[in-house]
Amino acid sequence: MIQSKRNSLLVAAAAVGVALSGTPAAAQWEPQRTVEIIVPAGTGGGADQMARAIQGIVAKHNLMKQSMIVVNKAGGAGSEGFLDVKGSAGNPHKLIITLSNLFTTPLGTNQNFSYKDFTPVAMLALDEFVLWVNSEKPYKNVKEFLEAAKKGGFKMAGTGSRQEDQIITAAIEKAAGVKFIYTPYRGGGEVAVQLVGNHADATVNNPIEAVAHWRGGKLRPLCVFDGKPLPYNEKIAGDLAWSSIPTCKSQGLDVEYLMLRGFFMSPGATPEQVKFYVDLFQKVRATPEWKDLMNNGAFNTTFMTGKEYVEWVSREHTRHLNLMKEAGFLSTN
Amino acid sequence: MAEFVNLFHGFATVLAFQDVNVFGMQMYLPFNVFIMVVGIVLGVIIGVLPGLGGANGVAILLPLTFSMQPTSAIILLSCIYWGALFGGAITSILFNIPGEPWSVATTFDGYPMAQQGRAGEALTAAFTSSFIGAFFAVVMITLLAPLVAAFALRFGAAEKFAVYFLAFASFIGLSKEPPFKTLAAMLIGFALATFGTDHMTGSLRLTFGSELLIPGFDFLIAVIGLFGIGEILLTMEEGLKFKGKEAKINLRIVLDTWKKLPQYWWTYLRSCIIGCWMGITPAGATPASFMSYGIAKRVSKNGKNFGNGEIEGVIAPETAAHAAGKAALLPMLALGVPGSPTAAVLLGGLLIWNLQPGPMLFIENKEFVWGLIASMYLGNVVGLIIVLTCVPMLAAILRIPFGIIAPVILMFCAVGAYTVRNSFFDVVMMLVFGILGYVLKKTNYPLAPLVLAMVLGDRAEEAFRQALVGSSGSMGVFFSNALVSSIMALGFIALFWSVISAAISRIRGVPATAS
Repeated sequence: MIQSKRNSLLVAAAAVGVALSGTPAAAQWEPQRTVEIIVPAGTGGGADQMARAIQGIVAKHNLMKQSMIVVNKAGGAGSEGFLDVKGSAGNPHKLIITLSNLFTTPLGTNQNFSYKDFTPVAMLALDEFVLWVNSEKPYKNVKEFLEAAKKGGFKMAGTGSRQEDQIITAAIEKAAGVKFIYTPYRGGGEVAVQLVGNHADATVNNPIEAVAHWRGGKLRPLCVFDGKPLPYNEKIAGDLAWSSIPTCKSQGLDVEYLMLRGFFMSPGATPEQVKFYVDLFQKVRATPEWKDLMNNGAFNTTFMTGKEYVEWVSREHTRHLNLMKEAGFLSTN
Repeated sequence: MAEFVNLFHGFATVLAFQDVNVFGMQMYLPFNVFIMVVGIVLGVIIGVLPGLGGANGVAILLPLTFSMQPTSAIILLSCIYWGALFGGAITSILFNIPGEPWSVATTFDGYPMAQQGRAGEALTAAFTSSFIGAFFAVVMITLLAPLVAAFALRFGAAEKFAVYFLAFASFIGLSKEPPFKTLAAMLIGFALATFGTDHMTGSLRLTFGSELLIPGFDFLIAVIGLFGIGEILLTMEEGLKFKGKEAKINLRIVLDTWKKLPQYWWTYLRSCIIGCWMGITPAGATPASFMSYGIAKRVSKNGKNFGNGEIEGVIAPETAAHAAGKAALLPMLALGVPGSPTAAVLLGGLLIWNLQPGPMLFIENKEFVWGLIASMYLGNVVGLIIVLTCVPMLAAILRIPFGIIAPVILMFCAVGAYTVRNSFFDVVMMLVFGILGYVLKKTNYPLAPLVLAMVLGDRAEEAFRQALVGSSGSMGVFFSNALVSSIMALGFIALFWSVISAAISRIRGVPATAS
């Protein structure tokens, strides 16, 4: 809780005193030095954008006395970042923003970390997935698309290998009895351009990755992989809004998938430290910049902390285990 | 000409006087011009420090800009980027340490020039070439933005691989060393590029169970080691002799050099075109600089002298690198796909300012887009003036005795290597690469093919495999349409031309190896 500058100075002095004396104190914990947000993915992707947006919001609204930096550690499908945070036990100045590779990387590549290694902080949002095709193509809905795809040879471009895009592709294949040629690319922006340039037949891009091309009339959304249509009614492309996109299930394609955009801390963080960051993210969520970001990316704005969040994460882990087992993506060694 | 009207609106945006609060003082000044100067100076400093790099610099400073107008913010960030492009050449020429990956090719002739006491001349040529390359690219962006964006869309995986293939092929004839040594060096580079993550399957390669090797070898670590540390080891062996102290240090050197430059107009034009093309496709500034150097060496009448301090060997890579650096912004603005790591960070910034890059940006945010383009014109002029006035000062650095400057360079190298990933392991690897660089130099293996293969190796592999996945394994995909076929054909011509010309010169009894 930061009130005036003078008060916060007093708080800082108190916090330093507490840190030095090492006694568990009633005073609120606060970061003592620069807070690092690790992004286990490359620059420009969804997780990176969100981390940098948070960094900007925290700086602009002065939500924290210490500064915040964003560090990309994308190596080994994100294991570089996860292993770094796992190895920083007891360091309360390191957070990691997760995407689905929290589950898929240890399952798919046998890396030595799991979601249980980290201290959960909060889920900030869930990222949606939409089935996109090039607007020059004749198919206007899921049924027509799947019929065309049944002839075989359709190329699906996606981000990464054995990660969310390929898992969704495998789920579509199973649900609809079709076969795609899946080609992995490094980032969502690149994937969208492959579709615009007709080098692929479909993608399952996140809304924020493809929205510019939708507005430009180059892409057509067929369905969203969520249980209910998106809540955003603002007109985006002609008369269409995010809410105009039907769910895949309602179109006869029974696949649902949402991706975690949440935060974890290094192992061994105390409840006071977790509370500080939960409060910080609450303040971030209240800013207009955050609302704009949610709006632009048509995010699902579910917020979770504590036990609820832990349970959600553990359910999601089991679900990924099953999805990946069915698709044959589990690591063999 | 709607473009020109838009552009002049852009100039008006940039030059507009505003009431601003600078360090507590209320002032009325062209704020955007002020920001431009600050950005360029910061960028030059960032470019000089190896490892820090434009992308990191922009990423660190990005949050500072959130309270600004989007147009001012992008001007600041892009000027840092332009500044870093200028700055990268400085350490390459003075100390053989490329501050940025795209200035590696500048060291090949720039450093020998500095050793001959022509540091001022090399710096002037480098800065001027940067300016010309950048200016050409900006003019192209102004006039051809929509056309160019449409062209970039035609590049799928097969086309991208063809571009990389052309880059490798056109480079093979560059080396003065025996072809097998060139090939060996290139293969070492490819091998180094395979460490770490296999992006196609997500599995790990050659990590030997160690977490340290998961990210693979960063190109900058290798470059700092191979060139910077390797050079220091060589100089130590030669008895700490200091070579650059004859450097002239007055501003006349700038004018004298300028008199020489117009005769290289063809090199300029060719490098500009190569640069723009590589920036859009998007292969980026680094391969553009290598390719331009390789082709210049092949077609120049002074080609034999390349590598011994030929001014054309500085002009070609610098012009192309900067043309590519600027051109890389176009795919970002028009398609939302960054053509370089720095452009990727700028892209993150755009989204925070609520500007959605893509085809609609040019229609919906005219003021922003044309303000940015206008700032490219002005930023370039401001940048050139700033760096040129620094030439005598920079050249004077070489007068410092080697015994003092060497430890400072070593420290900068170590800090640079550490900054890349905040890892001490990288500093150790830098020293290992330094020893490798020393050994390769002593045994006359060329470093350039190694570096090129290391930068482009994994990208080329990825494009190759993506294309083959899409075609279900048929190699026919590399000849499946006119665009990809013609790029591949060009590549093969470049590749076999060098073999043929080597064979001919051997038959005639002219040794193909000079050094």
